[in-house]
Amino acid sequence: MAMSPIKEVTAQTTPMEFESAVSVRNISKNYGDVEALRDMSLEFPRGQLTSLLGPSGCGKTTLLKIIAGLLEPTSGQVEVNGKTVSGPGKDRAFVFQDFALLPWATVIRNVAFGLEMRGVAASEREAIAEKYIKEVGLAGFEQSYPHELSGGMRQRVGLARALAVDSDVLLMDEPFSAVDEQTRRKFQEDLLNLVQIENKTFIFVTHSIEEAVYVSDQIAILLPRPSRVSEIIRPSSFRDKGVDNIRRDPEYLDIVDNIWASLRGYVE
Amino acid sequence: MIVWGLLWEIVGQAELTFFIPPLSEVLATLFSIIGTPAFQKALAETAYAFFVGVAFAIAIGIPVGILMGKSRLLDELLLPWVNVFLSAPLTALVPVLMVLFGFGMKSIIITTALFAIWIIILNSRAGVIQINRSLVEMAHSFGASPLNAFFKIYFWAALPEILGGVRIGIIRAVKGVIIGQLLISIVGFGALFELYSANFLMGHFWAVLIVLFALAFTISEFLAYLERRVSYYASKR
Ligand SMILES: Nc1ncnc2c1ncn2[C@@H]1O[C@H](COP(=O)(O)OP(=O)(O)OP(=O)(O)O)[C@@H](O)[C@H]1O
Ligand SMILES: [Mg+2]
Repeated sequence: MAMSPIKEVTAQTTPMEFESAVSVRNISKNYGDVEALRDMSLEFPRGQLTSLLGPSGCGKTTLLKIIAGLLEPTSGQVEVNGKTVSGPGKDRAFVFQDFALLPWATVIRNVAFGLEMRGVAASEREAIAEKYIKEVGLAGFEQSYPHELSGGMRQRVGLARALAVDSDVLLMDEPFSAVDEQTRRKFQEDLLNLVQIENKTFIFVTHSIEEAVYVSDQIAILLPRPSRVSEIIRPSSFRDKGVDNIRRDPEYLDIVDNIWASLRGYVE
Repeated sequence: MIVWGLLWEIVGQAELTFFIPPLSEVLATLFSIIGTPAFQKALAETAYAFFVGVAFAIAIGIPVGILMGKSRLLDELLLPWVNVFLSAPLTALVPVLMVLFGFGMKSIIITTALFAIWIIILNSRAGVIQINRSLVEMAHSFGASPLNAFFKIYFWAALPEILGGVRIGIIRAVKGVIIGQLLISIVGFGALFELYSANFLMGHFWAVLIVLFALAFTISEFLAYLERRVSYYASKR
């Protein structure tokens, strides 16, 4: 595979030029007879956004939920900030594909939910929630209910809820797949800003090649049957050229083409 | 309604049978007995048995239903029994209860609760089973304790179904409280019915019946109204 502008490395030999916030070590996961993940290892650099990209059924959601502590791996382990994961923890927050908002609660209560579960006092958690509602651009909708909001706005609530607990690691499972194209573009820009200003590690699952290349510092391409990390791509040159120029950048276009070339064989 | 009322009046006036007095007479009786101490005592006793019975059915039924929805083991253990009792002719159990708990209020309260509780359990269970899995995952991922998950997720997510169950349960409880009183006919309306029918006071009999029907209907409508208020989000979830 000729990918001249791209640094190509296998997972096992990732040079430790970055400090890892999350390390996935030899994870396997079986659902009964189905082998969803086999001996997968992957490093997630601190403060950066890593995308998991791959065809449907290659185990992206499974991997993300194992990192979140929502699923037990069959073997192997995950370390977050050097500590082995044994369940959900304060160091990680999840953004759900279907938003997972409480339909009976207002926006502000939804955003404060994580804090509520952590026992933060009502007035304090509302102040924090209000701040993040503003940050995701929903000021004025604090007292609205989820069903009164559009899909894009609902996901902003989900995002604010994950930000409000101030975890080191943000896990996002196809967060933008249920919103329309224009909203999605706006989201991608906002996400880039968020990675800049919030000192967090983002792990981002997506189906969209363009989206992955646009938002990621590092892209892990997963292939199915058996599920494995086939390559890790680190776009280097267009990240600081401004959000408006990325989609025209030659490196951006090359990477998109190359990823498509390696994935097309796996699309039914 | 009006047509049926008129029909009743005509049948009554025609004096086809002593069993059906004219509606106007029934209504007149209704107003005359509504103030009597006997009636009010019966009403108070019935209301007491009803509310205590319903309170027990709700307080036990909802948590049991939710736990059944959450736990596979508990569900397999209890579901067959719930289904048996739901369709069982509970009236037949009343004599057994009388033996166990005596000929008094206690037996009537238990009868009432028994009539109401099974559908409440079943509906709460159904409400929990249909709950959106990702809400449960969400709560788990934010570190919700089992108690928090119970009160902040399961209960609210299942609320429309729970209320539906409570409404049907309460309608059944009305039956329960009356049947209980009829079989254990020394308290409440049971005693009144006994008195009236023994003395062939059909006007009184019908008057009491109308009051009971009206009460049951009002309660059921009120609950249906509550249900509609809550289900505004149920369709959106
Ligand atoms: N609960 C489950 N029980 C059995 N098999 C499962 C379960 N969840 C996932 N799988 C299987 O594991 C494999 C990986 O699933 P996973 O959902 O992780 O893939 P994915 O990459 O997220 O797919 P998609 O892009 O469609 O979301 C698939 O073959 C799927 O059928
Ligand atoms: Mg998935």
